[in-house]
Amino acid sequence: MQEKEVIIIGGGAAGLAAAVACEQKGIKNVLIIERGNYLGGILNQCIHDGFGLEKFNTSLTGPEYAQRYIDKVANKKIPFLLNSMVVNLTPQKEVVVVNSQGLQHYRAKVIILAMGCREQTRGAIGLPGTRPAGIYTAGVAQELINLKNYMVGEKIVVLGSGDVGLIMARRLTLEGAEVIMVAEKLPYSSGLPRNINQCLYDFDIPLLLSHTVVDIQGNGRLSGVTIAQLGKRGGIIPGSKRKITCDTLLLSVGLIPENELSREAGIVLDSITGGPQVDERGQASIPGIFSCGNVLQVHDIVDNVSLEAEYIVEGVIEYLEGKLTKEREIKVELGNGLRYVVPQKLVSIKDTIFSFRVNQPGRKKILLFEDGRRLIKKKSLQRVNPAEMIRIKLSSRELEGIKTLKVKLV
Amino acid sequence: MKAKGNYFDAVIIGGGVVGCAIARELSKYKVNVAVLEKEDDVGWGISCRNSGVIHAGFNYKPGTLRAKLCVEGNRSFAKLCQEIDVPFKKIGKVVVAQKKEEIGGLKKLKSQGEKNRVEGLQIINSIELKKLEPNVKGIAALYSPKTAITSPYLLTIALAENALRNGVSFFLNTEVKNIAKLRNSNFKINTNKGKFTSSYVINSAGLYSDKVAHMVEKNKYRIHPCRGEYHILDKNVSWLINHLIYPVPQTGAGGLGVHLTPTIDGNILIGPSDKYIKRKDNLSITSSVMKMLSAEAREFSPLISPGYVIRSYSGIRAKQAPSSEGGYWDFVIEESDKISNFINLIGIESPGLTAAQPIAKRVVEIINIKERLNSNPNFNPFRKGILRFEEQDEKTKKALIKQNSDYGEIVCRCEKVTKKEILEAINNPLRARSLISIKYRTRAMMGRCQGGYCLPRIIEILRENFNLAPREITLKGNNSYLLVGYRSNKESESCKKKKLLSLAEGLLV
Repeated sequence: MQEKEVIIIGGGAAGLAAAVACEQKGIKNVLIIERGNYLGGILNQCIHDGFGLEKFNTSLTGPEYAQRYIDKVANKKIPFLLNSMVVNLTPQKEVVVVNSQGLQHYRAKVIILAMGCREQTRGAIGLPGTRPAGIYTAGVAQELINLKNYMVGEKIVVLGSGDVGLIMARRLTLEGAEVIMVAEKLPYSSGLPRNINQCLYDFDIPLLLSHTVVDIQGNGRLSGVTIAQLGKRGGIIPGSKRKITCDTLLLSVGLIPENELSREAGIVLDSITGGPQVDERGQASIPGIFSCGNVLQVHDIVDNVSLEAEYIVEGVIEYLEGKLTKEREIKVELGNGLRYVVPQKLVSIKDTIFSFRVNQPGRKKILLFEDGRRLIKKKSLQRVNPAEMIRIKLSSRELEGIKTLKVKLV
Repeated sequence: MKAKGNYFDAVIIGGGVVGCAIARELSKYKVNVAVLEKEDDVGWGISCRNSGVIHAGFNYKPGTLRAKLCVEGNRSFAKLCQEIDVPFKKIGKVVVAQKKEEIGGLKKLKSQGEKNRVEGLQIINSIELKKLEPNVKGIAALYSPKTAITSPYLLTIALAENALRNGVSFFLNTEVKNIAKLRNSNFKINTNKGKFTSSYVINSAGLYSDKVAHMVEKNKYRIHPCRGEYHILDKNVSWLINHLIYPVPQTGAGGLGVHLTPTIDGNILIGPSDKYIKRKDNLSITSSVMKMLSAEAREFSPLISPGYVIRSYSGIRAKQAPSSEGGYWDFVIEESDKISNFINLIGIESPGLTAAQPIAKRVVEIINIKERLNSNPNFNPFRKGILRFEEQDEKTKKALIKQNSDYGEIVCRCEKVTKKEILEAINNPLRARSLISIKYRTRAMMGRCQGGYCLPRIIEILRENFNLAPREITLKGNNSYLLVGYRSNKESESCKKKKLLSLAEGLLV
């Protein structure tokens, strides 16, 4: 059994930022465990730019963004394992790792969960039709094209307007494929507005809102899909079905925090975010286990992942110094208009960043934080969109003395 | 009997579980056997698309072949699985009555089962049912302790591999086009891969057995395809049930009703539905049935949520009974009375998996009576499957990695399949190399992420090991290519247009 101060599971955007922050705060004996054969995780396959605008004030590609952190890890000689899969995590903060060297046990005072997320599959959303070759989730197609140099198809329909799907619509177009359309079940896009503009409109790729795939054809390779328009209640509008000849269906229908290890360890998860329920320090239901990045909640901008990772490391320090005490337990209640909030509870008084997503797009909204009838904070929002995470900081002064906390959008 | 060129003593048409069982059974004798399979691997028809249940035998009319061979199969199944290293678990089954009117049906099943000599059947009350199945609703049930589960595709693969090792030849991607009886009384079998001749033809073509029979004897049989759809649930919820959970069967239905099946790997299946369809290759899944399956599962247990579904699929029953009639006809296992040495296996639907070995024995008997076959002294009944890293204890895991570092590389994160297992799978003795072949052999891509993590890795392993071009990497052989090529510098129309536009804008500036 090897003992560590902090073990970080996952060497992607969140894990790297957490590791660098730990090092900067003087924590020794940190270990990053990464299952891939390089650090940086999914950033490596995101070869488009637009990363780092907030964090570094410049537009970087995914690999460039990752490299900034990898360089720091290398300079500071922060230890990491590659090609190493964590196969088990216990509530006692023991970690079992499998790699070509063998099967090893580690124990740490603090575990930082930074496993990221995975893509929602065809099976999970129950898409009808046959099951031919040529159906890919957008991220898998991205990996095959950008990292393995393969082309996945020639005539493509994208279902779902998540950001990865939008980026891939552009990527495939640039690689010579014909992207026939992006169909989105909801009446609004689930991707960022900038991606709709830069990836679809700039390339004349139609975005069909309130449309979905209702059948898939082909027994060997995909030969076509049938799409249909959906009415206000989600039913198929009669007569709206049409067949589209294509060889590839790309799915961009949601991301799911990858919490299999957390679940096995008995960590309490939030059924909406899919991530652990955490307090204002990012600490999960098991003391000493922290969580950040897409494993906590799916982010739309990597800069926020890095910021979140740095933020939770403050709590890690306090935990290691024995300063993390439970002073209270206030559940953060969710009112109208919001899909979720992170953190789900407050246990002490501290400057706290709250993250939200709204239920549906809207204009001129006001976000209210209330303690019973008392208004704690009010924030006007010109435009809200489920695709864009809202992050708001409340100071310890604002949070002091509250008995309850409710957030709502009006 | 001797082989010469493409001559075989017996040609088996169809490499499903029954065809492979016959091949193995025949390999116990000095007979030259070939199996012709139209797909890229064995077992891709009905054999891989069923509940994987080893039935006890109380569902079938006494005196029928279905009843007799099922009970026989159930008794010898554990031994078969042990010999050829296939997972097998006797988990038992409960047929659950939800209404008083259904209790009569339970009693009828019990007495029918007893007539078929099924052991251990008991009617239990709701309290006893609760003990067996805390999460299942019901007022009474028939408990069958002998009902078991296996992996239907691993079984088929194992039978084939063992037959291959004992001298049977397998021809994959080989589709029979027509058959002629020659003057010397041999058969000439034309396929897309050339000509075969044989003394015997065994028609175990499953869904297409009517078509194959028709090649020598017109319109003798007819198979009506009847599709069943399934949901597969996440392993996370395997705690929901302990036994196979069945409804009381309805007379005239095409199947046994939507049931809950714990699979040998720890998933739960919901299904199958039953719907007669026109085309034998229409394996579509449909929205309406998917909804129905979820609803029916909730009749057993309200804890089952559609959110647990990781995948849905369908299989097709080879029914002789037409849709107007429903229900079941008995298995046909006979030599044609007009064309000697042509043996037909028709309508082998459920319990065909359970009965595969007894069916095979019966076919061999038919030949043996005519030929007095000599036994093969070199027959080896044993076969080893691929060792599953994840199922080993920690000490063994450590030793395995030390022995071969490929065991330390986990390729499929959900099912924790290592690179060593993938390599063994792609180097299988049948030389099946598609993704589905790897999937069935290792469970890679069968977990909740459905290949999201491991697919690109497996593609790379395939390419590296066989030096395949992108188009040669397939999902399931034939036209199911996964990739269209390498990235090219070809420009799409819209891309060109975009460039022209920006050029024009540039000129304006």
